Amino acid sequence: MKARRKEEGRWAWRLTGFVTVCVYIFMFAPIVATVILSFNASMFGGFPMTGFSLQWYVKLMANEPVLAAFRTSLWIALVTAAVTTATGVVTSFALVRFEFRGKQALSTLVILPALVPETILGVGLLVLIKAVDQPRTMLLLVLGHILLAVPYVVLITQARMVGIRRVYEEAALSLGASRFSSFREITLPLLIPAVIGGALLAFTISFDNTSASLFWRPAGVETMPTQILSMLKISISPEINALGTVMILVTVGIPLLGGLILQSLTRLKRRDEPKEEAR
Amino acid sequence: MPDRNDLSEVPRPEAAGAARSAAALGGGIGAGQPAVEFRDIDIAYGKFVAVRDFSLSIAKGSFVTLLGPSGCGKTTILRSIAGLVDISGGQIMIDGRRVDDVPIYRRNIGLVFQSYALFPHKNVFDNVAFGLKYRNVPKPEIARKVGQALEMVRLPGSEKKLPSQLSGGQQQRIALARAIVFEPQVLLLDEPLSALDANMREEMRVEIKKIQKETGITAIFVTHDQEEALSMSDRIVVMNAGAVEQIGTPQEVYETPATAFVADFLGKANMLAGTVSRSGQAIAVTLATGQTVEVACPRPLAQGSKVTVVLRPQKLSVGTAASINRLSGRVVSASYLGGSAIYEIDIGGKTIIRANAPITGRVLREGEAIDIGFDPEDCVLLDEDGRRIS
Repeated sequence: MKARRKEEGRWAWRLTGFVTVCVYIFMFAPIVATVILSFNASMFGGFPMTGFSLQWYVKLMANEPVLAAFRTSLWIALVTAAVTTATGVVTSFALVRFEFRGKQALSTLVILPALVPETILGVGLLVLIKAVDQPRTMLLLVLGHILLAVPYVVLITQARMVGIRRVYEEAALSLGASRFSSFREITLPLLIPAVIGGALLAFTISFDNTSASLFWRPAGVETMPTQILSMLKISISPEINALGTVMILVTVGIPLLGGLILQSLTRLKRRDEPKEEAR
Repeated sequence: MPDRNDLSEVPRPEAAGAARSAAALGGGIGAGQPAVEFRDIDIAYGKFVAVRDFSLSIAKGSFVTLLGPSGCGKTTILRSIAGLVDISGGQIMIDGRRVDDVPIYRRNIGLVFQSYALFPHKNVFDNVAFGLKYRNVPKPEIARKVGQALEMVRLPGSEKKLPSQLSGGQQQRIALARAIVFEPQVLLLDEPLSALDANMREEMRVEIKKIQKETGITAIFVTHDQEEALSMSDRIVVMNAGAVEQIGTPQEVYETPATAFVADFLGKANMLAGTVSRSGQAIAVTLATGQTVEVACPRPLAQGSKVTVVLRPQKLSVGTAASINRLSGRVVSASYLGGSAIYEIDIGGKTIIRANAPITGRVLREGEAIDIGFDPEDCVLLDEDGRRIS
């Protein structure tokens, strides 16, 4: 009886392990394949590998449209991250700390863009722009990306804000700091992990975005994802694998780096455990 | 919050008469001027009135405690002095200056919170120096004063530590240092001891009182703990449901409670309902339980008046010591406290009396017969409305 149960347990574990491995393969195989194939010497973007080569990266470096798209994406993402983070912090401060009319409505409206399908949002903004007879400009594209990223930043900073007790601000005020000073010296530093996290997320959301960008970009402007799409229309060149690898590096690497910096910052602060009172 | 009134400005004359009298009082800093004065304060949150018609004047250098159950409005009053709560009527004066419209950061008050509220990302030095920094104190002076303050709370050398590295008691000391280092006009303490364990609490009680005496600062202390209130205060303000029940020295409020609420809240007094059966200098009261006792009464009462006899458990004598006003009963429960014992005694008629008596001989057990008695002078009489007869 006991032995049988043990046997069953072992099989259950094996099955769980197998399924887990399958899921991970399914998740990461495309990424791994892209990265590996970007170093393939062959003209055709597929297995088997014919040899190791960096030629596709070299080619990429000389591909002016790709470089232009990269620069465009980079600065759009940076502007989006900066504006979104500032907006998000102010919004969540207002939502958490103050009572005002329409607060509930505002908090729902702010996260709405995250719930509406991106394509609908893309078409919607486009229709709106056409309706008021305005051209598609870079400004529109940036504003669109901000619209997409704000909900996530608000959610992240709001969660942290709730955890920062009001009593810290009250203490600062009672000690003579003005409302602005107490925000700058107390609230903001305590909010920093969420600010950095929000900025990184906004950056990746913008840098990654494909479908909405397709609707909003002005004529002749390509972002990285739309550039890849238009390259795919012509051929599946190994150059795309190289480009994909660079994309992965940026969108995964930057948040990872941010996380590491954050972790070392907090670890620095908690070097010593709190001591027990000696009595 | 309006930012327009500087501390030095004359208060806005919105209620002309009130402002005039305030200005007249604020004219010179007399010796007898109160440090903090409340005049008919009302505080309401929407429709809920947290405090009504609260008036109190607090002498410079005194230690005043607002005592009451949770929700009685004591913390609200404290926060209104700080400017964290807006008052809906009346005036608050600090050193004779009206502060209703002064924003919190210009009020110059020290505030100690129940949860310490030390800035977690700043070390002890920066926490304590915070108030000085915003008062444009030069750096060397800041360092000197912070050092002094840490010395005073007996935590010198802890400048570099973060709050998370300190124990609860240590954090509260730092919070105290932070609140007094810039020499505020008033020190406000909002249940500062309730987050500490019992031993720490008693130690901090003595410590806070000592520091308050040394610095001569006016302190307003909020608590629901009667022991804290009795042991630390110069004066106690007993509050209930947003209103003052009694103001007096610890001895006054304990020994001569003005109302039934005060008698019950401070020390759980025995309250025996009865009717005056013989008037005179020492009146006789027939209790609801049937026994008749003699009590001293400050003024003659008509026969048949309904009264409540308030008896402190400590004022009751037990056993053979019970000679006057002897009531017989049975022990319902007995708690041994070392030096004394607390008995709950059933004297019949579903009336239980608590007696706290020194132990002579052995501690009586449950069910044993017991006699209790009290001196006619050792009780307080309340009238039908629960107010002390004086």
